[in-house]
Amino acid sequence: MKITFALIGNPNSGKTTLFNQMTGSNQHVGNFPGVTVEKKDGPVRGHKDVTVVDLPGIYSLSPYTAEEVVTRDFLIFDKPDAIINIIDATNIERNLYLTLQLMELDIPIILALNMMDEIRGNGTSIDIEKLEQELGIPVVPISASKNDGVDELTHRAIKCAETKAKPKKLDFCSGHVHNAIHSIAHLVSEEAETAGLPLRFAATKIVEGDKLIMERLRLMEPELDIIHHIVGDMEHHLNTDREAAMADMRYRYIEKICSAAVIKQGQTKEHLRSVKIDNVLTHKYFALPIFLCIMLLVFWLTFSVIGSGLSELMTAGIDAGTSTVDHTMNHFNVSPALHSLVINGIFAGVGSVLTFLPIIVVLFFFLSILEDSGYMARVAFVMDKLLRKIGLSGRSFVPMLIGFGCSVPAIMATRTLPSERDRKMTIMLIPFMSCSAKLPIYAVFTSAFFTEYKALVMISLYVMGMVVGILAGIILKRTMFEGSPVPFVMELPSYRLPSMKSVLLKMWERAVDFIKRAFTIIFIATIIIWMLQSFDFGFNMVGNTGNSMLASIGKSIAPVFAPLGFADWRAATALITGLTAKEAVVSTFAILLGAGDPSSVVSLLSHIFTPLAAFSFLTFSLLYMPCVAAMAAVKREMGGWKSAALVMMFQTLIAWIVAMAIFQVGSLIL
Amino acid sequence: MKLDKLKTGKSAVIKSISGEGSLRRRLLEMGLTPNTRVMVRKVAPLGDPIEIFLRSYELTIRLEDARKIEIVEVSE
Repeated sequence: MKITFALIGNPNSGKTTLFNQMTGSNQHVGNFPGVTVEKKDGPVRGHKDVTVVDLPGIYSLSPYTAEEVVTRDFLIFDKPDAIINIIDATNIERNLYLTLQLMELDIPIILALNMMDEIRGNGTSIDIEKLEQELGIPVVPISASKNDGVDELTHRAIKCAETKAKPKKLDFCSGHVHNAIHSIAHLVSEEAETAGLPLRFAATKIVEGDKLIMERLRLMEPELDIIHHIVGDMEHHLNTDREAAMADMRYRYIEKICSAAVIKQGQTKEHLRSVKIDNVLTHKYFALPIFLCIMLLVFWLTFSVIGSGLSELMTAGIDAGTSTVDHTMNHFNVSPALHSLVINGIFAGVGSVLTFLPIIVVLFFFLSILEDSGYMARVAFVMDKLLRKIGLSGRSFVPMLIGFGCSVPAIMATRTLPSERDRKMTIMLIPFMSCSAKLPIYAVFTSAFFTEYKALVMISLYVMGMVVGILAGIILKRTMFEGSPVPFVMELPSYRLPSMKSVLLKMWERAVDFIKRAFTIIFIATIIIWMLQSFDFGFNMVGNTGNSMLASIGKSIAPVFAPLGFADWRAATALITGLTAKEAVVSTFAILLGAGDPSSVVSLLSHIFTPLAAFSFLTFSLLYMPCVAAMAAVKREMGGWKSAALVMMFQTLIAWIVAMAIFQVGSLIL
Repeated sequence: MKLDKLKTGKSAVIKSISGEGSLRRRLLEMGLTPNTRVMVRKVAPLGDPIEIFLRSYELTIRLEDARKIEIVEVSE
């Protein structure tokens, strides 16, 4: 018999750790259809026919976030054979809030009581039998990080699915809420069946005022009237509103269960330790310096020490491969077109992208540690005030910061943001943070035009990127992402040692993700650019890029840049090749200007740029659409080409406007 | 008294939550229901948001949202 489990729980409950323990490295990562909410599944180790689906970490089944809606739709319409609900035993009250809602879905459910090692080490005891009795569902104590109790959990969950053992009790309610739920359940039973919704779930959601569920039930006017009356009556008697009444009822029931089953729930020593660590890491004066030091260390280790070392190794490997293939092809007298395709197209294109790989892997190693240890939530706590004005929360700070290194991992890092809105908006702002691949462009241009003010020009570019990012954020907040943002009510989880297994798996996942893209989207894009660069419109190979299709395209789009001060076809062509990787802008200039080596580019550039036009060009290079690798990442995280294309147009348009403004205003002054 | 006025280290009991929509719902879901005891653990270095302790876990909320929570201070 084929069995599907849905694994669900609060964020920070150890859900991913449990998922990793259950499936090993055999995981499939994707998105839910239509949204950028991640969905993972994999077969349970030792049980080929049993699949477990890892759902987003959520606190409730309310209709406000994409994550919550996707999760409850999955549970209701995909009908998993059983729900494994993981809860953090050290934080049992709040975790059970979701459990009470899951039990209403009419699906067999089993409770995995996690972090039991911390509970046992502190003299607190949880009466498992009592808990099972009170909740009417099986409860298995586990410690996911120590792989303790996981086998028993799997075993009992399979049994639970096979016997289709649904929750034994549903009546947590009492008094007026009880009456309201039951009257409404009676009223809407037919509609719920037609809509395929579990009756009890539908009834409580109606009491809560859940618009999505009410619409799905297609209720008629008379029924809506009666519901309005029932709810009004309940609100009147309880002297509160419907949402508060439901939350209060659930928490009251949870408190009752806990007072019966949990003995001496003092603060655990792990928690006290966490508070002490936090006193240092979010200290009034030390918090920011500590954060800066940690990020500098991560950047330094990633981009200088480990990452660059590995990148060099990678480059050496690719070079060796290239020259071997080159020799072999020369030996067999392969046609020059094919030779160029393989060497200048495939090896050069994909090779240059693959050198990103070590940096991505190393960066995600550190980021996963920061995330899993609980530090990332503190960064959000400390930085929140800065990002609030552009409609984001402190959560977006770290991904944006990584953007200064490389947009690709920065965009990938947005996946840990808890709301779809914040993810999309952060992705749109990241490319404004000047990435390290643009440095060679700045270096060449500043040496050519601004020798005296090199540092000043460099800094002004970085600052301009940030300022434009902030302005773009404000525009986005008022337009595309109008309406109330997801509230910033964030849990600060206890500091915990990250599990190496989870960290390595996450690293592996990102690496696979990136390699896949390198050999699909990025591969195709680099081949197209190579083709444009190597042939003319008659598909004859050209010796000089100046005669290629690319140059013709450059010539035809060059007038677009006239208001920006550089209507030169070579500049336009360089900007196009810059799409493969930004540093290609410099090498293209070298080829098109006939410079023998990079240093002679510097003197030749003054033939086509005035200093003001050069600054305008730098501005455009800073802000225009990111490279293919970053675009592929945007497409992956935004969930489709349409939104990705929109992002590219948005970016390029802003770049054009800003560079134009600088050139025009500059021309007036100078 | 509102939660944003509670001093660091002090405890209080929640009376009611005003406001509406997703924010209010989220506050309730996170366990900020009437009669729940909360303690202000600290204020972020930039003065906002604040960190509170309730139901044996830590939560951070912004001052503007804390202003919607009516409380009664309790002595230790």
